[in-house]
Amino acid sequence: MQSHSQTLPSRRIGGDLVRGLDRQALVWLAITAFLLVSPGFNALLPWLKTYPAELVLPITPALNQFMSWFVDSFGFIFKGIAWLLQWPIAAVQAVLHWLPWPATISIVAMLAYRVSGWRLAAFSVVGMLYMVVVGFWIESMNTLSLVAISVPLSVAIGFLLGVAAYRWRAAERIIVPTLDFLQTVPTFAYLLPVIKLFGFGPVTGLITSLLYAFPAMVRNTQLGLKEVPEEVVESGRMSGATPRQLFWLVQVPAARRQIMLGINQTTMAALSMVIVASIIGGSADIGWAVLSTMRKASFGEAFLAGIVIALIAMIMDRITWAIAARDRAGDPPAQAALTRHRHLLIGLALVALFLLLAQVLPALAEWPRDWRFFPARSIDSAISTFIVAGKSWIELIKKAAFYFAMLPVRLGLEATVKPATWGFAWSTIHTVLYVLVLGGLAVYAARTWSLMAGIGIVIWSAVYFFGITNLPWLGLVALGTALAWKVGGRSLALGTGLGLVYLLVAGIWEYAILSIYLCGIAVLLSFLVGTALGIWAAHSPRVSHILRPINDTLQTMPLFVLLIPIVMIFKVGEFTALLAICLYAIVPAIRYSENALRSLSTEVVEAATCMGCTTRQLLFQVKLPLARPGLMLGLNQTIMYGISMLVITALVGTKELGQQVYVGLGNGDFGVGMVAGLGMAAIAMIADRLTQAWSRRQRAELGLG
Amino acid sequence: MPDNGQASDQIKLSCRNLWKVYGKDAASFFTGTDAPGDTAALARRIRETGHIVAACDVSFDVRVGEIFVIMGLSGSGKSTVVRCLSRLVEPTAGEVRLDGRNLLKASPDELIDIRRHKMGMVFQSFGLLPHLTVLDNVAFPLRLQGSSEGERHARARKMIELVGLKEREAAFPHQLSGGQQQRVGIARSLAVDPELWFLDEPFSALDPLIRRQMQDEFLRLQQLLRKSIVFITHDFLEALRIADRMAIMRDGRIVQMGAPADLVLNPADSYVAEFTSEVPRSRVLTSADAIDASLSVAADAPKIDGRVKLEDLLPELAARPAGLRVVDVAGNALGMVTPGSVIAVLADAKSQPNAA
Repeated sequence: MQSHSQTLPSRRIGGDLVRGLDRQALVWLAITAFLLVSPGFNALLPWLKTYPAELVLPITPALNQFMSWFVDSFGFIFKGIAWLLQWPIAAVQAVLHWLPWPATISIVAMLAYRVSGWRLAAFSVVGMLYMVVVGFWIESMNTLSLVAISVPLSVAIGFLLGVAAYRWRAAERIIVPTLDFLQTVPTFAYLLPVIKLFGFGPVTGLITSLLYAFPAMVRNTQLGLKEVPEEVVESGRMSGATPRQLFWLVQVPAARRQIMLGINQTTMAALSMVIVASIIGGSADIGWAVLSTMRKASFGEAFLAGIVIALIAMIMDRITWAIAARDRAGDPPAQAALTRHRHLLIGLALVALFLLLAQVLPALAEWPRDWRFFPARSIDSAISTFIVAGKSWIELIKKAAFYFAMLPVRLGLEATVKPATWGFAWSTIHTVLYVLVLGGLAVYAARTWSLMAGIGIVIWSAVYFFGITNLPWLGLVALGTALAWKVGGRSLALGTGLGLVYLLVAGIWEYAILSIYLCGIAVLLSFLVGTALGIWAAHSPRVSHILRPINDTLQTMPLFVLLIPIVMIFKVGEFTALLAICLYAIVPAIRYSENALRSLSTEVVEAATCMGCTTRQLLFQVKLPLARPGLMLGLNQTIMYGISMLVITALVGTKELGQQVYVGLGNGDFGVGMVAGLGMAAIAMIADRLTQAWSRRQRAELGLG
Repeated sequence: MPDNGQASDQIKLSCRNLWKVYGKDAASFFTGTDAPGDTAALARRIRETGHIVAACDVSFDVRVGEIFVIMGLSGSGKSTVVRCLSRLVEPTAGEVRLDGRNLLKASPDELIDIRRHKMGMVFQSFGLLPHLTVLDNVAFPLRLQGSSEGERHARARKMIELVGLKEREAAFPHQLSGGQQQRVGIARSLAVDPELWFLDEPFSALDPLIRRQMQDEFLRLQQLLRKSIVFITHDFLEALRIADRMAIMRDGRIVQMGAPADLVLNPADSYVAEFTSEVPRSRVLTSADAIDASLSVAADAPKIDGRVKLEDLLPELAARPAGLRVVDVAGNALGMVTPGSVIAVLADAKSQPNAA
């Protein structure tokens, strides 16, 4: 790879040996050498491997102290807000409990019909009937009531902030970085301060969901207003609009679609967080139904409740999306009021009808428990039959992943390769062979491609050989910083270095490494498989057609629903976590790669075809190199999705930072949880900035601006 | 100078020494009360300090009922100038007078009032409101003024009929073709019956065939409405077709101003000459331009209107080799044209005695 263009021609320090190597390459070689040599001294100098405990700063106790001071001094304000908010929650809950279920279903169905059509209406009816019949109606309504309050509040706050960010530069400078930060903080970590300040109960769920959901609204509002064409605004001004008229009659309506998309995203985020917040318990909502049953290992019940969450998510998503996608502001004005509001009228009539009927038929007010269709048992037994039948396969998959990928990366080959696992014991001969083969490969790569390719191979083989937990922290910090320098220059290197140092001094390095390890493998897998699928989809409309609804569904699912099917088969543990992360993180990998390939300039592809490219040449020598920036953005999103799922997998017993957050939550230890949460945010931000900088660089190299 | 009778001499809009400078100290160059003196030197000084001069000492008048075209390539400052006239962009210095009243002194409320009643504007990319139907788009300026729904829809329907879109009232902008969208833009800009009509490259986004059609349509409308118009374009031929008078801009300055024929016959510099060299003279010059001053008027010769383009004169002349009698609007004889005088003026404009 080329060195920075500003670098002077290489100085000949050591004669022929370093000719052609610039300073940057020397730095890389030094880091690589240190990584390779240092594990040999782990026994002699233990501080090389483990960051010395004496150098850990007391961040955790400091955070705890600050929090208790803050709660003592200002807690009453938040308690007051909590007291205030519990009334609207109670009110909405009361209404939703009071309304007979067919009435509620009619309202939703009419809304769905109005915004989209009978298909969505039918889907909503069937989905909600499922909630009734399975017996999770009350739980669903409890969830719905939290969402019903959280969404309007988030939308209002988000809209105001979005407008502020659009109007005033100064506001934008504060708001945008704050949002960036909020979005990297893991979901569980939101709960920590909120519990401390607002106490337990539904209000906590509401506040966290609000905090988590409003940024989407801010971004979309700002973006929508920004993208209103200048001429539309000018035409409004030339028509003699006052500033207020210009805003409400021109800018907001013209930005309507983006703002509505913001409402869609905000709704989904609010729902997702309400579900996550149920881990603190006490809200008797559908999230709690899933969690409590999952903890009891009654997977059948968890599955049935999980489907409810999935259905709620899909119905909400489709309805809000349909509102955003409608291309008209309303019915043609010529229609009479009666026709214009006919859906509303029919809906109200149905509600009244069912209210009356419910007096006569109690089953309409509350579905009798005896009529409940609850096949949890049968699902459980079906699962166990399946597990028994497929035991050998399940074990095989699990073991293969464990012994050949996960363990070596974590602990190194020497610790992993045992007769019980690989069928033989590791010996010096194997080491020599390994070094020879991979060393040869590295030299070959360095000669035919570039020095950096060679160094890359050496570093990967070192990770696989020693295990990432055995590599020296100093070397890894240097590696991360050097990478950041190469990709994004000095300020990125500084930020990366500081982030990594935080992980060290906060005393969470080992958890952080485990997070990176688990997430890294999952992301790599998702990215490779997802990109392959995306490429396939870009070439085959049929594959694209099949993948799209699957992606849509996976993406709208509140995260821990995805855990359920995997945990049913593979039980708790790291492997389950890995699969769950992959299941979620593969979505952006597929989407971005398909999009990147589809949006290539057709002229270039046509030109290459005319030159006589075979399909394979066209893909590998034209399309993929040109699609690199788009693929890198896909990698960026894959990492971000992976990290957000990683935190959730703490529920199935991983041992990384997410688990620390979860532990902090369980023990009410704000400091422990927050330090880990910030660590997670640091990793997320570093990964985000690195991949974005990389994508930008490639865009620049391709001259795409 | 050759007033072809469409415009009066009364001045509608007067733009004097208009400057628009972008940059953080833009205003500081115009604080002194002394006359700027050498504008070129001032512009150079402003540019040297890292400021951008978008409009540089621009002055012109638009007469009542006249089509005044500002032609320039992209970056010449023409769009900035038209936006300064309506104060969509605040000028840095200068004066814009509408009916003698300085617009730059108008308060925000007064400005809104002026825009509501006296100005209409058409935009290159139409600037239609995507969420409103054709009817509501056209009625929008009236809605802003608070007129009732019935009233504004009645007016809007009239405007829509005027631009020939009657059946598309209920359509949304994205359902229309580019040409149709611009008709909506034109109808909207006329909804409040403005006296002053700005058109900012109205036809540039359209296909050549549609463009031609729209130009004809525009001229037809102007015959009907007699607005005072500032028309911006980058298309020299379009400017020639449409303009009563035109100005050519380059780097923020007006390099030449006059009637289309003047520009074609006497380009002020090589820049203008590059545009005019491509223009067939017969399309610009009129029979009045081809009068042979050495001949005395033959009273029995057939009449020809002085505004007829040579292009259209040629078939007439072919039938009457002895020549035609050129008359003005009022029917007064101006002189004689002969095949020889036409050939002379087409061959070499410089020998043309009438070109002043």
